[in-house]
Amino acid sequence: MSTVELRERLADRAVAGPKQVAITGTFLGILAAWLALPPATVRTSTVPIVLGAIAIALGGYAALRDERRVGYGAVAAGIVGIPLGLLVQHSSVSHLDAAFAWGTLLAATLRYATPLTFAALGGMFSERSGVVNIGLEGMMLAGAFFGIWGADKSGSWIGGVAIAMLAGGVFGLVHAIFAIHLRADQIVGGTAINFLSLGLTGYLFIQVYGSNGTPSLSTGHWLTGESIPDVTISSGNNFFAQVFGQLNLMIWISFAVLVLSYLLMFRTSIGLRIRACGEHPRAADTVGIDVYKVRYVSVVVSGMLAAMGGAYLSVGFTHSFNENMTEGRGFIALAALIFGKWRPFGAFAAALLFGFSTALAYAIPPAYSDTASSVLRSSALFQALPYILTLIAVAGVIGRSIPPAADGRPYKRQ
Amino acid sequence: MSETPAEQPGAAPPPPDSEPPETFAARLSARYRIGGIVAPLITTVVAFLAGGIVVGATGHNPLSTYRAIFNGTGLNWLFPWVSGADRVDAAINLQQTLIQTTPLILTGLAVAFAFRCGMFNIGGQGQYLVGAYVAIFVGSSWAHLAGPAHVFLAVALAALAGAVWGGIAGFLKATTGAHEVISTIMLNWVAIWVGDYFFGLSGPFQGPDQFNPISNTVADSAKLPVFWGDPELQGLHVGIFIALGALVVFWVILNRTTIGYEVRAVGFNPSAAEYGGISVKKNYFRAMAISGMFAGCAGAMDILGWEFNLSTPAIHASSIGFIGVAVALLGRNTAIGTFLGALLFGALYVGTSTRQLDATVFDPQLASNLTLIIQGLVVLFVGADLLIIGIWQWRKRVRLRTRQPAG
Repeated sequence: MSTVELRERLADRAVAGPKQVAITGTFLGILAAWLALPPATVRTSTVPIVLGAIAIALGGYAALRDERRVGYGAVAAGIVGIPLGLLVQHSSVSHLDAAFAWGTLLAATLRYATPLTFAALGGMFSERSGVVNIGLEGMMLAGAFFGIWGADKSGSWIGGVAIAMLAGGVFGLVHAIFAIHLRADQIVGGTAINFLSLGLTGYLFIQVYGSNGTPSLSTGHWLTGESIPDVTISSGNNFFAQVFGQLNLMIWISFAVLVLSYLLMFRTSIGLRIRACGEHPRAADTVGIDVYKVRYVSVVVSGMLAAMGGAYLSVGFTHSFNENMTEGRGFIALAALIFGKWRPFGAFAAALLFGFSTALAYAIPPAYSDTASSVLRSSALFQALPYILTLIAVAGVIGRSIPPAADGRPYKRQ
Repeated sequence: MSETPAEQPGAAPPPPDSEPPETFAARLSARYRIGGIVAPLITTVVAFLAGGIVVGATGHNPLSTYRAIFNGTGLNWLFPWVSGADRVDAAINLQQTLIQTTPLILTGLAVAFAFRCGMFNIGGQGQYLVGAYVAIFVGSSWAHLAGPAHVFLAVALAALAGAVWGGIAGFLKATTGAHEVISTIMLNWVAIWVGDYFFGLSGPFQGPDQFNPISNTVADSAKLPVFWGDPELQGLHVGIFIALGALVVFWVILNRTTIGYEVRAVGFNPSAAEYGGISVKKNYFRAMAISGMFAGCAGAMDILGWEFNLSTPAIHASSIGFIGVAVALLGRNTAIGTFLGALLFGALYVGTSTRQLDATVFDPQLASNLTLIIQGLVVLFVGADLLIIGIWQWRKRVRLRTRQPAG
């Protein structure tokens, strides 16, 4: 190795590329807001301003050197970080400590994110195979009702989850038949699934349980064996124990499903086939892949996973069912899928982000109940956050989300 | 949608003497028109039958259930043999049905108009809600205005708000290519939660009652006058005429103006339209804004016509905009179809409500869910026009085949 070559290599190492600069910038932008929060609670306004300004500068540097996406990401982090940090500094430390108890906040984040993770992963299977699934909400709701019903009738949460998955699979099958063989518009079909599931679960709920509601722990005829158990790892009081110590079994299952989905979709030939059907069905057909079969299986699996999310919500979380209890979570899952660019870990990260915004929405109002600010005393604007973020994401301000090429296009065999 | 553009009937009422009925084109369009009526009819019948099966399977009598729902809608008022106290009840019920039909026509048009430009506007709910918010704000706070001016301003600004909300999705599609289905779904939920913040406890527009999340009440000068029935008993307000007028406006814009021509051209084939000198992007924005205008107007009709205020549970429970999707799909995105679809779903909504349905025959709570099931089935089957057209053509082929050996 010549000395010139060596010097060039060293130079490459020493000066970070524009991408690394931008990532550092993003990190600083987040830090600008985070330092104002507990446990640091920095109270001088120069800190967020300086950190945010550096973030914007680094982002601009990277953007000018053709690292547009990460570059603008860093600029955005700085622009959002400065006012956020200053805003947080306006609030008193005692309020902040009450709202931002990180251990419980992150545990709550995982609880709220889990139904979204299941449904978003389900949506990924369907959309990666080329079938748009707006019906996630309905499939999730079906899982929520049939989960409770199954657990009640079979006397065990395992039966509940199994029946929920069966119901979700049936709704998936209906969507698949209309989308694949009848080549109906997939968005219309998904909308129909949502109406149908809302009506059917509401109807059966009233028919079976009536005005008494589902059996619950409080009314007595609901045994603990019928609820999905919590897994106790640690009951200590340190940070780790607060977050992971007592999580529901379904949350751990969701982690497993996440890893399995990733391996299946991106590391096996089955995944390659699914993706081929979603990107170029004709080409997939030409090489001998049965596009219809792949799409059918993917959409049914999608319904089953969405239903697992619903079953967690009813059997594992609230231990009861109410009409329309998913309240748009299926749509947030869809948003997480888009926000995560149709990738499993991306969707999971988005689900965590949206779960965090929900956790904040429930943590902030009680902590700020004695203040005059109506924004902080109401949780509503935090609930709107996932939707606004997704709107920004699809608009492509911070990196465009591009769906699989054949997503939503019916395929006709030749 | 993109597959069968030729099947979209061009105009609701066909021009009577435009072409002699003998040409091939005329025969073809006549066939499409028949298919255009038959497919929604079959769809509706199948949906009601399937709903009846659900009712029967759960141990109720479907016939008496549908009969009770029908009487709850007040449509029996149209039968001359209904008289006396029944007739008075029927009139009150029919007023309720038409009150619900009013916003459904408008949210149906909001979906239909975007459809004609090749877009699927699922955002009717959000556009309806922002219209309702603005109607409440204008109706309750500018009380010094004279009656007609107050009503006019409230309706116009609500329609404008809806246009802005719809226009955002159109703008995003035109500039960044963001799919309108995703952006309108997101905008729906933003509208819902913003409303929750506005009128919720200690929200900026919460009404005088600080313990209930209810908005201010609209001033008398901004209320739409009632022309049929007792204003105290929620009689029928003049909004129905505004909705009927909107149907005419919809038809005229689409079929008699340059805007409509461009919108339809983009809907049929965006690339061809672009090649012909029509700006596709401009039309995406324009069509979504006009769509939103209809839905925003629907919000104003409900607020100024009979609701007069809005609570946060009502915001979350509202589904007028979503039903608009079913209305437009069933109505095949035409003016007359939308009117009939809105009447059907308005009647179903009222006929299955707790107030109208005879609870001794069928539990209204079950019935309101039955409405949702029927809606779902209607949308499911309407989407599958391949199925309906397939059945229609198969029937014809069978008839031909059976006739051939004889002839």
